[in-house]
Amino acid sequence: MSIWWLVIVVLAAMGFAYQSGAAKSRKLAAAGGAKLHSLPTHYGALVALWCGIPALVILLLFLAFEGDLIRAMVASGLPDQVRALPSNQLAGILNRVESLASGYGVAGSVELFEAEAAAQMSQLRTVGNLALIAVVAAAFVLGLAHALRRLTPRLRARNEVERVVVIALIACSAVAIVTTVGIVLSMLGEAVRFFQFVHPFDFFFGTVWNPRFSTVGAGASGGYGLLPLLWGTVLITIIAMAVAVPIGLMTAIYLSEYASPRLRSLAKPALEILAGIPTIVYGFFALTVVGPFLASIGAAIGIEIRATSALTAGLVMGIMIIPFVSSLSDDIITQVPRAMRDGSFGLGATHSETIRRVVLPAALPGIVGAFLLAVSRAVGETMIVVMAAGNAPVLQANPLQAISTVTVTIVNQLTGDIDFTSPQSLVAFALGLTLFTITLGLNIVALYIVRRYREQYE
Amino acid sequence: MSAVTSDLPETRSSSAEKVRGSLARRHAAERRFKAIGMLAVILGLSFVAILFATVLRKGVPAFWQTTVTLPVHFDPAVVKVPPMPAPQAGQSPAAYQEELTAWRTMLAGANWGRLIENALLAELPPEAASRRRDVQRLVTSSERFRLRDMVERDPGIIGQTVTVTLLADANVDIWMKGNVDRSLSDAQLALNPEQRRYVDTLNEKGLMQQSFATALFLNVDSRASPASAGLAGAFVGSLFMMLIVIVLSVPIGVAAAIYLEEFAPKNRLTDLIEININNLAAVPSIVFGLLGAAVFINWIGLPLSAPLVGGLVLTLMTLPTIIITTRATLRAIPPSIRSAAVGLGASRVQTVAHHVLPLALPGILTGTIIGVAQALGETAPLLLIGMSAFVASVPATPLDQSTALPVQIYLWQGNELRNFFEGRTSAAIIVLLSLMIALNALAIFLRRRFERRW
Repeated sequence: MSIWWLVIVVLAAMGFAYQSGAAKSRKLAAAGGAKLHSLPTHYGALVALWCGIPALVILLLFLAFEGDLIRAMVASGLPDQVRALPSNQLAGILNRVESLASGYGVAGSVELFEAEAAAQMSQLRTVGNLALIAVVAAAFVLGLAHALRRLTPRLRARNEVERVVVIALIACSAVAIVTTVGIVLSMLGEAVRFFQFVHPFDFFFGTVWNPRFSTVGAGASGGYGLLPLLWGTVLITIIAMAVAVPIGLMTAIYLSEYASPRLRSLAKPALEILAGIPTIVYGFFALTVVGPFLASIGAAIGIEIRATSALTAGLVMGIMIIPFVSSLSDDIITQVPRAMRDGSFGLGATHSETIRRVVLPAALPGIVGAFLLAVSRAVGETMIVVMAAGNAPVLQANPLQAISTVTVTIVNQLTGDIDFTSPQSLVAFALGLTLFTITLGLNIVALYIVRRYREQYE
Repeated sequence: MSAVTSDLPETRSSSAEKVRGSLARRHAAERRFKAIGMLAVILGLSFVAILFATVLRKGVPAFWQTTVTLPVHFDPAVVKVPPMPAPQAGQSPAAYQEELTAWRTMLAGANWGRLIENALLAELPPEAASRRRDVQRLVTSSERFRLRDMVERDPGIIGQTVTVTLLADANVDIWMKGNVDRSLSDAQLALNPEQRRYVDTLNEKGLMQQSFATALFLNVDSRASPASAGLAGAFVGSLFMMLIVIVLSVPIGVAAAIYLEEFAPKNRLTDLIEININNLAAVPSIVFGLLGAAVFINWIGLPLSAPLVGGLVLTLMTLPTIIITTRATLRAIPPSIRSAAVGLGASRVQTVAHHVLPLALPGILTGTIIGVAQALGETAPLLLIGMSAFVASVPATPLDQSTALPVQIYLWQGNELRNFFEGRTSAAIIVLLSLMIALNALAIFLRRRFERRW
């Protein structure tokens, strides 16, 4: 906690530095009569940055490395027979020492060397904290002195402060890259560890999914086949698109070409509601309404339809995707130039003929892009499938039966305790990598098509 | 020549003939096409209506819950607890505290269930006295602790009779609301015939009523006592996560959008960032959960089930939304404003900070609210960072174990006590949807209120 106090003190001191910088620049302007290059606030901000940034960087570095450094120093001081212990036991002893040093204490009796190490550790901590305060204060004072010494009316303070601002902005936009790199690296890393248990060939081309009974080593080869899961994802996506594409596209056509402005302004937001509903609600809807409804229809016409099946999940997922398809298609249809429609009308075509023969062919690339984005949504959708698809990872083509998908399996393998050493948990990352690659490919192609299409008519 | 002139009107009339002949068919096709379009819109809208109707029909009754109002006699023979210790002269505070703790322990050991049983038996026919277990199960098990807390607050009520409104057991609630087929055989019903008779007796005496389910909002989740399971823990967990999302994603997202829209030169790095943001916006949410599990939990070593980790994961998910909406807002601000500022000697940073950003604020706010509403309903990534664990406490800090509203819905819908939890789950969904609708309404209001057309 004391570290956070130090942060607050540094921030407060930065306020002081700001004031002193601004005051000095005003005094310079008044005394010398020379014109300041920048506003006093810029000089103040520059001084505050000179003082604060080094101090805060030192603080952060200290926070990041203090614990490990002190542990390493204490560990090196332990008796030889203790240091010879395997690393996990040594870590356990160090944890005991840490809780002794913090004054929290440990259960059971304390060995002499532990007590000594704890004393050493708390001493190191005290010294470290004092040193930290001294270093931070020194950095602050040095920064203040340097900045104030540099401060002349001709100093281009505004340019320097703004350079720092722009660097901060760049750092914030780099978060997007860091996130992508983090996703790829973390999943690649864990997937590679998984492939040490299971050969990639057995994973990507295996037709049996049964991870529970496989053990590390020889038996691990049979149970981790991706194909049944991938097939489940594909089947559900096909059903979802079969629902969403006709309804979504026709909705978009009707609302953009036929509907009165009044109907349009009412129906569009109402449909957008569908897009804002959390997927967990769709899952619940599928489980309690759509599934039983389909099952009762099946019973009425003498076909066995399971309440939780690929059909249930696909149908509800299709409903979820309708607004996605319709709003994207709507954007694209309205971008088709008016002149093309007028030309068609001038030749005597009816409204629907114009739409079917002129508008849709012209909009086709964009609409295909929109469909691909919708497919990528369906492939990555999780909660509906977890709740309504029935979780049966077998390779079968009947949509009326239960099925499992890539996303469902990721959830199943990683829920509860995560053990990052067993293939049962690690397989989730291999699956995630597959999912990420598929959706990334779809997105890139879709965005490329949509962008090309926009450029065509802009 | 003459042949041609005489030929022309004939051709014209024949093609006109052809067109006229096909007109009926073409107009029919036109009507068909329009009708299909109308049908699609109606289908889409009816899905919205069915969804909401279902949730409301199942969920609204669950906001009321069966309770039993009984005079409970705090019998000193059952609650054998000495009077609450008072601090004595010369006693140190520590010693008094110890004495008080011992008294509380003794209090917790008293047979509070017996008090409820006795109160119920007083209203039931005498032969019920031999079926204490059945009688005890009419009231949900956590109500014992309510009585204990009452005594702890005011030890003076021992020996008195107080009228208390107790939550009925979940199965009693189902029975009273008719959420179960009453014609099922005894073996299929959760309540045995005696219990059903007792419930009817209590009901006929007017002791049972439907009270507003405050437990749903004030209690934490409970396994032993489903009737008192509530959303308080999940609500606080979600609140922590949303705070983290707002604190982190708004500054970072807005800064990134400003850089890309106002400063970035057109180069490879900018292109890369842009492609990244567009892709991240379309990456499945579960992939962010995997990222959280691998990086925040396995690598950095943050605790499982903590709202902090959930907040960080949701922040990464929300960032692209905020960046994209902020950029659209910035793009809509006319360049003349920037030119005017630059013309008066402002630098680019000053232009943005003093002119562009204030004008963009309503748009940024709207985008943020929509992003937060999305994050509020997200479930899948939270399952992967351990937030699906059963947690029976309200998290005090973002590092404590916790669930979130959508995860609580997921957990409840999986509960075996279907007839009861279908209602509870729907009620929780109503709470979640109300929050999201409120957020979206706020966003729409802000947009209407502050929108400027240039």
